[in-house]
Amino acid sequence: MATEAAPRLATDGAQRRGRAVRLSTRDKLALTLMVGIPLVLVGGLIWFPTIASILLSFTNWDGIGGVTTAHWIGTENYHQVATIYPPFWPAVEHNLIWLAFLTLVATPFGLFLAYQLDKQLRGSRIYQSIFFLPVVLSFAIIGFIVQLIYSPTQGLVNGVLGTHTDWLGDPSINLWAVLVLVGWRHAGYIMILYLAGLKAMDPSLREAAAIDGAGEWHAFRTVVFPSLWPINIVIVVVTVIEALRAFDIVYIVNKGRNGLELLSILVTNNIIGEASRIGYGSAIAVILIVISIVPIVVFVWNSFRETEQA
Amino acid sequence: MTSVAVTEDTRPVRKRPLTLSRVVLHAFLIVTALVWLAPVAWAVFTSFRPYSDTAAHGYVSWPTTLSLTNYRNAWDQGDIPLHFWNSMIITIPAILLILLFSSAVAFVVSRFSFWFNVPLLIFFMAANLLPQQVIITPVYEMYLRIHLPTWLSGSGLAYDSFIGLIAINVAFQTGFCTFVLSNYMKTLPKSLSEAARVDGAGVTRQYFGIILPLCKPAFAALAVLEFTWIYNDFFWAIVLMSSGDKRPITTSLANLSGQYFTDNNLIAAASVLVALPTIMVFALLQRQFISGLTLGSTKE
Repeated sequence: MATEAAPRLATDGAQRRGRAVRLSTRDKLALTLMVGIPLVLVGGLIWFPTIASILLSFTNWDGIGGVTTAHWIGTENYHQVATIYPPFWPAVEHNLIWLAFLTLVATPFGLFLAYQLDKQLRGSRIYQSIFFLPVVLSFAIIGFIVQLIYSPTQGLVNGVLGTHTDWLGDPSINLWAVLVLVGWRHAGYIMILYLAGLKAMDPSLREAAAIDGAGEWHAFRTVVFPSLWPINIVIVVVTVIEALRAFDIVYIVNKGRNGLELLSILVTNNIIGEASRIGYGSAIAVILIVISIVPIVVFVWNSFRETEQA
Repeated sequence: MTSVAVTEDTRPVRKRPLTLSRVVLHAFLIVTALVWLAPVAWAVFTSFRPYSDTAAHGYVSWPTTLSLTNYRNAWDQGDIPLHFWNSMIITIPAILLILLFSSAVAFVVSRFSFWFNVPLLIFFMAANLLPQQVIITPVYEMYLRIHLPTWLSGSGLAYDSFIGLIAINVAFQTGFCTFVLSNYMKTLPKSLSEAARVDGAGVTRQYFGIILPLCKPAFAALAVLEFTWIYNDFFWAIVLMSSGDKRPITTSLANLSGQYFTDNNLIAAASVLVALPTIMVFALLQRQFISGLTLGSTKE
């Protein structure tokens, strides 16, 4: 963006430099309001709470009375969360499994579907619509579908397999049972994003690979995949953020207990749950912030690098 | 933007001989598509079966009767019309505000060269990427302390009010739309604004009279996408809304799970009812939906 402005500066520099002066008071007021109102809203409801989360994580505030009753207790909350808060480490583990499953299974499967559907197939649009269908469903609805499918006595899976497994009640398998449907939704999402990338790709690249007589996997690995760097980054970021945001589906299934603990659930339990411990909740929120900064920075950097190249 | 035409393959379809690999590929895709449809098909199937039928024959069985009883019960017991209305009270104003705010910011950063353009865009974009739970504790405590006049909020607070939910949805989603719209507006010729300026048009006239009408395709795409996201929202509503009768439809479903007994057939019918609007929107406006999604990730 910066470089985009530069050539214009060079060509009509005088005119441009004069523009700030030529903006009438009315125009200045309009521009201020156009930026100012959204700025205050997003600042007040997103960035202020983000900073507040960080600050609160170092206090013992219980949410009762004003914030002035809070005392600074340093890293005590973090220490306690890591040592004496039983659901914490399971939640970390589940979030990591969630991320690993999306990264290693659901995302590659979405890429695979996109790659296959980009082959000028008959009926490609119908396939696309079917694979994309779960993406328009809310995670809450998917939570209910999970219950319909895995119910021990009334579910599809036990009915078809003739088993009596309590898929959602057994903490050693319920995470995986849920992940199957999470992957079901995620793969369709990735497929659509990647298809957009493939469609925008220079077709001569792929044709060149075909002329080389390169095998399909080889062509994908050496030509298609590397040429789609911007979209690959978007996909990695989307995958990581989806894994961190996971909440609704496990909340519907069992409120995120008994094998389905997630960091997002623990944050929320500390405000709407039985025990209101703002400090604990905030400390876990800060851990989420720290993790999510990585994909956010990557995404922002990627977007602006792309703009500068354009 | 090339990505607008994502689903429409404009490349000429060459007649290809039906090779073995094509047949295998189609077989694979058909099987996968059937597996993909299975969870939804199962919910629909269960929803049409009376509880007595499944109780007698099991869920995986050939239905003896199909009826709309579950739908009627879900409609009444789940107060579907009320909660659907609540969802609309939240979703529609939120979409309008998101498009207004994001197009205003996008207009400024794409039509003027201020030093703060890049930081401003980052400020909005990054806000949309944070996991919601990161900010929920302070937002919850703030909402309990923000007093509103009763004509704006029945509870007198930002907590448990429609306006509170609208505000958080707008704040959270504006970043994504700002990003998409600023990319979109950058593709509009600069000469449009220059010409308008020569004619003496002020900033507001350039924005409302020239740029906004040209953004209609992007607005349509974003509106469809935002409708789905906000309508599907579960998290903000479950934390920031306490009155059952004000909750949007996604969170009201939990009422149907009984404490001691859950009627899966009823739940299935309710799920289908709740999912229907988004599925219909997707079926009718698939092009807009997908272009909205991909506008944010690819550029021409």
